[in-house]
Formats: sequence, structure tokens, C-alpha cells
Amino acid sequence: MLAACGLESAEELFAHLPDDVRLKQPLALAPGISEYEIVDYFQARATENASQYASFLGAGVYAHYRPVMVDTVVSRGEFLTSYTPYQAEISQGTLTTIFEFQTMICQLTGMEVANASMYDGSTAVPEAALMAARVTGRNRVLVARTVHPEYREVLGTYARYGRMSIEEFGYVADSGVLDLEELARGIDGQTAAVIIQSPNFFGIVENVKAAAAIAHKHGALLVMIFTEAVSLGILEPPADADIVAGELQSFAISPSYGGPYAGIIATKEKFIRQMPGRLVGETLDSRGNRAFCLTLATREQHIRREKATSNICTNQALIALMATVFMSVYGKEGLRELAEQNLAKAHYLSGKVKPRFSGPFFNEFVAATNGRAPDEINRALLKRKIIGGLPLARWYPELENCVLLCATEMTRREHMDEVGQAFLPVPQAA
Amino acid sequence: MIKKVRPHITQNESLLFERSSPGKKGYQLPALDVPDIDPAAVLGAANVRAEIEGFPEVSEVEIIRHFTRLSTWNYAIDLGLYPLGSCTMKYNPRVNELVARLDGLAWAHPYQPESLAQGAMEIMARLEAALADITGMDAITLQPAAGAHGELTGILLIRALLEKRGNPRKRVLIPDSAHGTNPATAAIAGYAVENIRSNDRGMVDLAELERIVDKDVAALMVTNPNTLGVFEGNIRSIADILHKKGALLYMDGANMNALVGIARPGEFGVDVMHLNLHKTFSTPHGGGGPGGGPVAVKKILEPFLPLPRLKRLRNRWTFDYNRPRSIGRVRAYYGNFGVIVRALAYVLAHGGNGLRNATVDAVLNANYIRKKLEPFYDLPYKAPNMHEVVFSDERQAKLGVRTGDIAKRLIDYGFHPYTVSFPLIVHGALMIEPTETEGKRELDLFADALISIAREIETDPEIVRTAPHSTRTSRVDEVAAARRPVLRWKPDNSSAKAAD
Amino acid sequence: MTYPENFRYTKEHEWVRAEGDVGVVGITHHAQEELGDIVYVDLPKIGAQIEQGKSLGSVESVKAVSDIYSPVSGEIVAVNENLGSSPEKLNQDPHGAAWLVKIRMSAPDQWKSLLSAADYQAYVGAES
Repeated sequence: MLAACGLESAEELFAHLPDDVRLKQPLALAPGISEYEIVDYFQARATENASQYASFLGAGVYAHYRPVMVDTVVSRGEFLTSYTPYQAEISQGTLTTIFEFQTMICQLTGMEVANASMYDGSTAVPEAALMAARVTGRNRVLVARTVHPEYREVLGTYARYGRMSIEEFGYVADSGVLDLEELARGIDGQTAAVIIQSPNFFGIVENVKAAAAIAHKHGALLVMIFTEAVSLGILEPPADADIVAGELQSFAISPSYGGPYAGIIATKEKFIRQMPGRLVGETLDSRGNRAFCLTLATREQHIRREKATSNICTNQALIALMATVFMSVYGKEGLRELAEQNLAKAHYLSGKVKPRFSGPFFNEFVAATNGRAPDEINRALLKRKIIGGLPLARWYPELENCVLLCATEMTRREHMDEVGQAFLPVPQAA
Repeated sequence: MIKKVRPHITQNESLLFERSSPGKKGYQLPALDVPDIDPAAVLGAANVRAEIEGFPEVSEVEIIRHFTRLSTWNYAIDLGLYPLGSCTMKYNPRVNELVARLDGLAWAHPYQPESLAQGAMEIMARLEAALADITGMDAITLQPAAGAHGELTGILLIRALLEKRGNPRKRVLIPDSAHGTNPATAAIAGYAVENIRSNDRGMVDLAELERIVDKDVAALMVTNPNTLGVFEGNIRSIADILHKKGALLYMDGANMNALVGIARPGEFGVDVMHLNLHKTFSTPHGGGGPGGGPVAVKKILEPFLPLPRLKRLRNRWTFDYNRPRSIGRVRAYYGNFGVIVRALAYVLAHGGNGLRNATVDAVLNANYIRKKLEPFYDLPYKAPNMHEVVFSDERQAKLGVRTGDIAKRLIDYGFHPYTVSFPLIVHGALMIEPTETEGKRELDLFADALISIAREIETDPEIVRTAPHSTRTSRVDEVAAARRPVLRWKPDNSSAKAAD
Repeated sequence: MTYPENFRYTKEHEWVRAEGDVGVVGITHHAQEELGDIVYVDLPKIGAQIEQGKSLGSVESVKAVSDIYSPVSGEIVAVNENLGSSPEKLNQDPHGAAWLVKIRMSAPDQWKSLLSAADYQAYVGAES
């Protein structure tokens, strides 16, 4: 091959580079290792992480069972190692599954159109806010404090430079639901969007209808976020929302220390052209057969460049495929039954550990620790190989002696009983 | 004569919703070990949905067949070469899939106690160190989820630094050969985009740059090698011109596959850059993601990096949130950890020398393709190319055949098309990047296919203009898809049936 | 292609014809040919104020977007509703049924700065 290129050595390939940019010494990296040593390395790292612990953590990342079929399907080379489906003729596999995905998200959320995925739930929030700004021509956003704290941080980062102003509104102290009165006082004719989460960060189901009514009265859009996708199996879909954005990690996506996950944005048809992300549409091929293709690409960066609805290019296609397989496995009845099991487990736990708020909750709730430090209870639980609830002080100083507890279909009764024991007040010394 | 492809028996398959019927199940949940509960009683009746209308009900075997059949309609790296320019479609090692699925890593919750996450943190720290070495930069963030996300992070870092100096400035300069994510990113970061024309060799015009860089310019976003696969030989002068006026140099690292082990951006004047783990570092494309877009910076930008940052404290890893100058978070949690694991496995497998060898092979392969195709396709820019090469369809366009048609005919030869019509500075571009994965045999088949097509255009252009002919799906009507978008299945859809 | 004599044209391939003090605006045959199959037209709202040479909307094909630059200044008094459901009309009848907007002209002597049919014909002849 070198001969074909008219070269004598491979080094000549780089002869045209200026001498002062050439690396003169080898990289500091250790030499390459064998496959078996690679596996060893990562297995050692895996054992340095929690192993065989029961966990009561939720807070945006949920422990749900992953049907074996999910990995069977996504491990097929034709899905795993394929490219973005720009060439429709040889990507109908990917395109068809995305079309099914878009459909199922609409069915779950009550929206009319859904995109092919965003990076995750947290980045879907600023994308939804920017979309609302484009639709309304306004630049104020009101966001509930009960939206996931890290999601709000991401919104803040994007908004600072997207020339949007973000203001927060709070929750009602005893019930844990949105303070609708505070929202009604804060909203005005410059508000592009009201952003709420349901179930909220405290696990509580919100009155989406009422929030939407306030938003619409002032010509603002209602953006509803969800972080626990399984809740859609039982909860009334947020049909009053204008944009639904959320996280699909619960649908057979490994927690994997924070990513990769898959976000979505779903909305009404009238807002389609302001929507970010890829869209797959149905059409015909030249022989008259049904076929799918990427469409409405003029919204996207590769055509509109600086006027694009978003800069997103690579998204989360394979992760969305995991969710698609999950949704087919559970199906209409299964997703409901799964949600009901989650509800039952969390409510059993709430019989052992009293919820701090009175609002209706799905599979997580906030519990006060009765004067003891949350860390103390969690340390005791760790000794029994149980990871306890998430202490809330770092984001909600007013809840400094509270934790967020989550129970899913995988949570066992005996572990919930142990958590209940750990929360009992310690008998006073005589 | 088409040597590579043979007719493939593909299955018919309809949509999940068309196979669905009530009562079919693919799941089985365990019996509850706690009392059952009435949803309406605990949630309030108004909060409980009736049913998920239209949601599929299919059996396990139907699910497996459905997705297996659909998968056979896809092309993939596992089937053959992808010559896509700037996409670096290299082989996706399978050991990476295994290690990413190890329980201790796959089930790790981002909020589990740090004492129980040391393994995950060590992996992230190790990749940070490797990327710093490879790029010659001082600090890395693994937070961004993809290249475009990394670009945004990088530009926000620049903005934060300039704000601290008193003036964020107004414009970002972008070459007309740049990828669309570059201007889209600059706009989101609140900058006006100014295009800078490439010179007649397809590179950044130094005189032009000197003329337009002023105190209102925050940065130049450059891809190096550029989208023609050509190294910007003047890169140090480019950096000097910018730095003299207080502006910064951002490098889009999409083409890093030409530089690993050969040159380090940190040593030729780059202040901040992003990398694409799903390109240079072999993590799978998966039909469109996930990816990973780490950002590498020089010391001056380190204080502004997204928080939290990994820190070593008393012999353990911890996340440091005490970073007052940070731009904040660009996503929740720490990064696409699963992709990070795969990228690290790739780096460990190759080691320093292996990575350099991969670069050498990638550049050799692209040059080999160039030599074989030069007699048949116009090469508008004659500078030495690195890991990719860009031809133009000028010669073929005279006979009425464009790059898009040639790309479609390539499918009949058993290959995925190259990148069509990009970069925009080339008339009817054919942008080809073979990567180091391909051996001479596959490269010869590919080059021979394009040569054969060039000959077909002279004798029978129609067969190229109406390609592909051998696929299950022929050219799709993109116009109808855009004029009357149908973006979901509905029960009363009266569209044509799937092909019989 | 014979370009109508009573129209005036711009170098960005828009046309305008007068109905009293209202200018009816569209894109030329040359423009729709260059764009290929048109899939969508983005038009302003009635009442919007527009300046000569500024973008009043855009036309999209599958792979490209082109701004439409207003040949005259004034206020939008009518928008062609038919193009929403049938953007293909813009390919079929760009000088007639597929007009885009009607503008009540605020500076009628802008008319003189526009190209005549003969000038435009020469311009596109030279371009191709």
C-alpha cells in the first residue's frame, strides 16, 4: 500500500506537517493490554463499587428490572454498530424502531408528536424552555423548586447565555405540591413557560391541569417534566401540557453511574417546527411501499446552522431502542401492572416510615428522621448492606433532617422492614 | 460487475401496533410480597389513567422476531466499511460491551455513597488522565454527552473567562468549511456567528483572519485537520493572531483520529477543544448515539469547568463542588459513564503505541484511497490529506450525475455511502474516511466499486441516477415526508402496507 | 421562460406587481427551479412591518432553507393561506396563484430601484 502511495515509509505520511507541531516523544500511556487483562481491570473497579446492596435511592435514577431481551436486541451488530439513518434505503431497521418509539411516547404522554431522543432528561429541560421562548417570542421562565435540583442547574447554565431569565416558585409546606398561588402572583405577559415536574422531586403527583390553566391564562406554555417514566403507566397523561420533556432511564436503561440515558421532548403538532431533535416520518419508496425517513431536517443544525432549533447532532438512539424494547415487553397491561407494583411497594414502606408531606405520591416520598441526622441512619443501614434514602439538605436547607426514599418492584419487603426499624427513635439512655 | 454484495433474503415485518392484540403478554412480574393497593384510593381518581390507548400487546417471540427482522434491514460496521468523512466509523470492540455491563458498574447509582463508588470514580479519573496526555491539555471534563454538547461547553468556558476579564465580546469566527454544529453552538452561547472564507487551498486564510480579528471577537472555532482532511499548517500563526487580540482558539476534535500520538493540540496553540468518544475512541454509534463529548482545556480555563470535578483527597476520590468560578452543570450527574467505560477499555487495549499505530494506519488508508481514485474523480484541493480525503463530482456532473446518485449506486456494491455534499466549499463533495479498521482487501473492493461507477456514468448514467436497485427499500419520497409529516402510527392510518 | 412585463424583480429572485398602492410579492420561476421541490413556506403575520431588503420569511426544500427578501417596504395586509397545505403550488405557479404576501407600500418610489423584466431576464440568463 505504501508503494501504491509512492512512499517508502509510513512516517513520510506526516512529513508535510510543520516540525514544531510534531510530537517528539511517545504518549505517556501504558502499553496496550490483552482482552483478559482489560476484563480484570474493570472487574476490579466493579468490586470497588457497591455490590449486592439493597438500595432506596431514586431521585431521578431508578432501579427497575431490565428484561434480558433488551440487551439481546441492542447487541445485534446491525443496531449496535450502525450509523445515524441518513441513508434511508439501508437504515429501515433503525428508522422503523424510532417511528415506533415516537408513537409510544405520544401514547404514554398524551402529546401529538415526539422526537427521537435528547441526551437526557436534564438537558431536555433547557431545550424545552428555549423552544417555548421561540414559540411565544418571550424570555421569562418560571420553574418550580420541586423540579429535580440538578435539572434546574442545567437550565440555569443554558439560560444565562440564551438570554432567558429564570425564576423559581415554591411548594406548599405541608402537602409538598406546587404553590399555585405563588405561581399566579409571579406570572406575567413576558412569561414564555411554566416548568413543573410530576411526580415532582419529592415523588408527589401534581395538579397539572391547574398549573396549565394559570400558564395559559397569561399566554405562556406549560412544560411538564418527568423523571420516573414508569409513573406514566398509571398516572393520567398530562394532556393539558404544551410540551412534555423527560427521562426514560426507568425503561431498561442501566443506572450506570449517571449515563448514558435518553431524554425526550413531546409536544402538540402546531409546535412541530420549533421542536429540537431528530424526527422520523412515514412515506413511500419509489415502488409504492411504506418506508420511513428522517424528516423536517431543516430545523436542524446541519441545514439551518446558526438558526437551528438546537445544536444537537448525535443523540441517544441505541438507548431509545432499549426503551422501545422495554415498552414492547411490558406492553399496555404490563406497564400498568408494573406501575401498580411500584405504588404498592412505596406505600407499604410509607406505613413503616411516615411521609413528611401529605400529597399523593407514586414510588418515592420524603421522610423526616425524627431528630437524628440522616447520615447516622444511613450509616447504620450500610452496615446491613442497605443504601438508605437520599439526604435532602444539600438542595433544600428547610428539609435538612429529611431523606428521599424510593421503592420499586425490585425492593424487598424484608429490606423495607429493616429501613422501618432504622427510622425508629433510638431509646433514650436511662 | 458487483463483487461484494449478494442478494440477501430479508423478512417482511409490520409495526408492533399492527401485530398487537388484546391479552398477549411478553412479561411476567413476581407476585407482590406486600399488600395490593387501589391506585385511585392513594392517588385520587382524577390522577389515574384509564388505559394506555394503542400501546402494543405482543408476545416475547413476536418481539424477538420483530426486532431481529428489522435489524436485517440495516447496514452496520459489522457488515462492512462506512466511508463517512469525519465520522470515524471504526470497529466497535465487543469487550467494551462486556465491561460496561459488569454489575458493579452498570447498576451504580450516581448518588450512592462515594465510599461505594471509588471504582467508577477511578475509571473516570483514568480516562481524564489519558485524554489529557493525548491532547496535551491541562484539564478534562467528561460531563458533555456528545460532540455538540462539548462544543457548547467549550464556548461557554471561553465566555466565562472573557467575562471575568471584563468583556465577553460579541462574535465567534467559523470557517465556511465547518460542521453545522459549530455555528448552531455559537448562537446558543449567545454569540453572533461570522463566517470566514477558506483560501484557495481550503485552509484558514491568515491575511483574512488578521484583518477581521478585533476586540469583539471571542474565538475562532477550527477543525484540525479541517473537513477536507488537510492539516492547518498555519495553526500556530492562527493561534498567535487570536491570542494577540485577547481571543481564544477552539478546536473541534472530530478529526482527532488523524492526530493521536502524532501531534497534540495543546502544543500548537489550542486553548479548548472537544473530543468525540463515539468517533476517535471506538464507542458504538448505535444508530445515532449515545456518544460522549469530553472537553479538554488549558490551565487558564480550568477554574470555569463544569462542576463537580474529581479530586484526590486522603487517598480516595471525591467530587469537589467548591468551585465558585464554574459555569455550572451542563447535564445532571457526571457524564455518559457507560460510554466512558468503553472509551477507557479502548485506550487500555491499545496503549500509547497502539493508538499511534492506529493513527498511522488511518492516514495510510485514506492516502491509499486517494491514489486509487485520483484518476477518476476530481480532487479540488491538492494539499496532502490525512485521515480523510474529499473529491468533487465536477467530472460526473457534466454527464448529469451528482454525488448523491453516486452515493446511492455505491449501496448496490455493498457499501454505505460516503458523506455527501459536505463540506460546502467543495462542489458536490464526496467525503471519504476509511479509518484504520479497514484492511487492503476491503479498501480495494471499495475503490474498485467507485471506479466501476465512474465507468458506468460514461456508458449508462441512468443506472446510477436511479440507484439503488438491490435494496429492499428503494429511494424514499422525502418531499412527501416533509410536506405532509406523519410522525406516528395511528389506528386509522391509510398508508401503504409494508412491502410483500 | 418569459418574465411578466408588469412585474418588477430583485437580484434575490423575488417579484412584485402593483395593485394600486399594494404590492403583491412572490418568488420567481428561477427561484423555485433552483430550490427544487418546495416543502414548506414560512410567512409573516398580517400587520407586520417590513423593510425593503429584509427577510420576511423563508422557503424550504428538503435539504435547504432560503430567506425571502422583501422587494418593498410597508405593512403586510394579506398572506396567501393556500400555501400551508399545498406548498407545491409554489413550484407549479410561482407568478400567479402562489403569490406570498401583499404589502401596502410605504415608499412607492422604491419601485424604480427594482429590475425590469428584461433586466431580470438578462440577470438570470447570465447566472445560469
